[in-house]
Amino acid sequence: MNQRRVVLISGAVVGALSVALTVAGNPANMGICVACFIRDIAGGLGLHRAEVVQYLRPEIPGFILGSMLAAVATGEFRARGGSSPVLRFVLGFFVIIGALVFLGCPLRMILRLAGGDLNAVFGIVGFAAGIWVGAILLRRGFTLGRSSRVSIGNALVLPILSAFLLILVIAMPAFIFASSKGPGSAHAPVLWALVAGLVVGALAQRSRLCLAGGIRDLILIRDPHLFSGFAAIFVVSLALNLISGRFKLGFEGQPVAHTDWMWNFLSMATVGLGAALLGGCPLRQCILAGEGDTDGVMAFLGMLVGSAFAHNWGIASSAAGPTANGKTATIVALVVMAVIGYMGVDASRRPNQKQTAKEA
Amino acid sequence: MAYRVDARGLSCPQPVVMTKRALEATRPEESGVSQVLEVLVDNHTAMENVSRFARHRGFDVQVEVGEDGDDCCIVRIYAKGLR
Repeated sequence: MNQRRVVLISGAVVGALSVALTVAGNPANMGICVACFIRDIAGGLGLHRAEVVQYLRPEIPGFILGSMLAAVATGEFRARGGSSPVLRFVLGFFVIIGALVFLGCPLRMILRLAGGDLNAVFGIVGFAAGIWVGAILLRRGFTLGRSSRVSIGNALVLPILSAFLLILVIAMPAFIFASSKGPGSAHAPVLWALVAGLVVGALAQRSRLCLAGGIRDLILIRDPHLFSGFAAIFVVSLALNLISGRFKLGFEGQPVAHTDWMWNFLSMATVGLGAALLGGCPLRQCILAGEGDTDGVMAFLGMLVGSAFAHNWGIASSAAGPTANGKTATIVALVVMAVIGYMGVDASRRPNQKQTAKEA
Repeated sequence: MAYRVDARGLSCPQPVVMTKRALEATRPEESGVSQVLEVLVDNHTAMENVSRFARHRGFDVQVEVGEDGDDCCIVRIYAKGLR
């Protein structure tokens, strides 16, 4: 099957499963949200104590394990790493802060739009603006450095942790938190969520589906390949929302969303820039982590820790709007990313990273 | 003589950006050589992306996969019709 068809089918299935998961119990317009679900997992583990967003979402371990299974089956599983792991942790940390000020990862942004939530339009414009800045840095040679092979143990840590999370969500020992109200209490049955997560993980691994990559490739090399997956998610989830009566057009009263357009724009600009520097959106980082890319693991861990801080420090928005701390954190995130971006362009000029073509 | 880009250890989009830059620098339509560029990559995604990018730009592409245990593969990019 050609790559184009794989990415279209993957997008369509992701769109369909997202709506199916809301039917099965996930929060509205949140069939899949990588940022929200990582945040819920941080809450379930007790890393933050926001009582309405605590649940060990099985979708996330599903993405990681699904990607791992697909990569192993096709011989693409490779333990590698060493491309600025600490900076990737920092970028992951600030990407999820942006996502939680907006209230959704890039995937949920599309799902929100497909549910009629027009606030997502400002998010999409901001996301594209952030990626555009990232694309300029990439064109100037931005790099986080080369990765190399690492021992297999490094690549197995996150899949093992994922399996452990699945055991915890089934066994539910007393030290694990689970919301009794709010978005954290709304969830599909564990088995459904896990199966959906595995399918999405495997398809995203095969298709390299990436929301940030879609816009980035359009800007950088005018290639609509990945963007077509993006479009497929939107079209299919929009159609299913319309058929099932879930589509509600407007700005006000949208589920788990706020109407502050400026901070919707700026927070998603943060996510766009961070994702461009990381080489992929939050979903893609989970997929890379499953393929054995320990740099993706570092970004994932950064997101996990960042989501805990977002709630402990009152950074995450609510339906009432962004908080003062959230606005401050978004600005800090943009500054940190600008510094990392500048350093990454600078690094590419050093001889050991030289990127120019030379005679073979 | 072909130019070579070493994009091993780099993840997308960097290999594609480097390929794009090298193709612009070598100006195949003027030099008249058949093999324009060799790109070394060490992951599947980069190999697919570099190949797709070059085909998209109207070049012929041939991929040489490394032996077992060797991650490296070479994407050879040819000017159309000159191979």
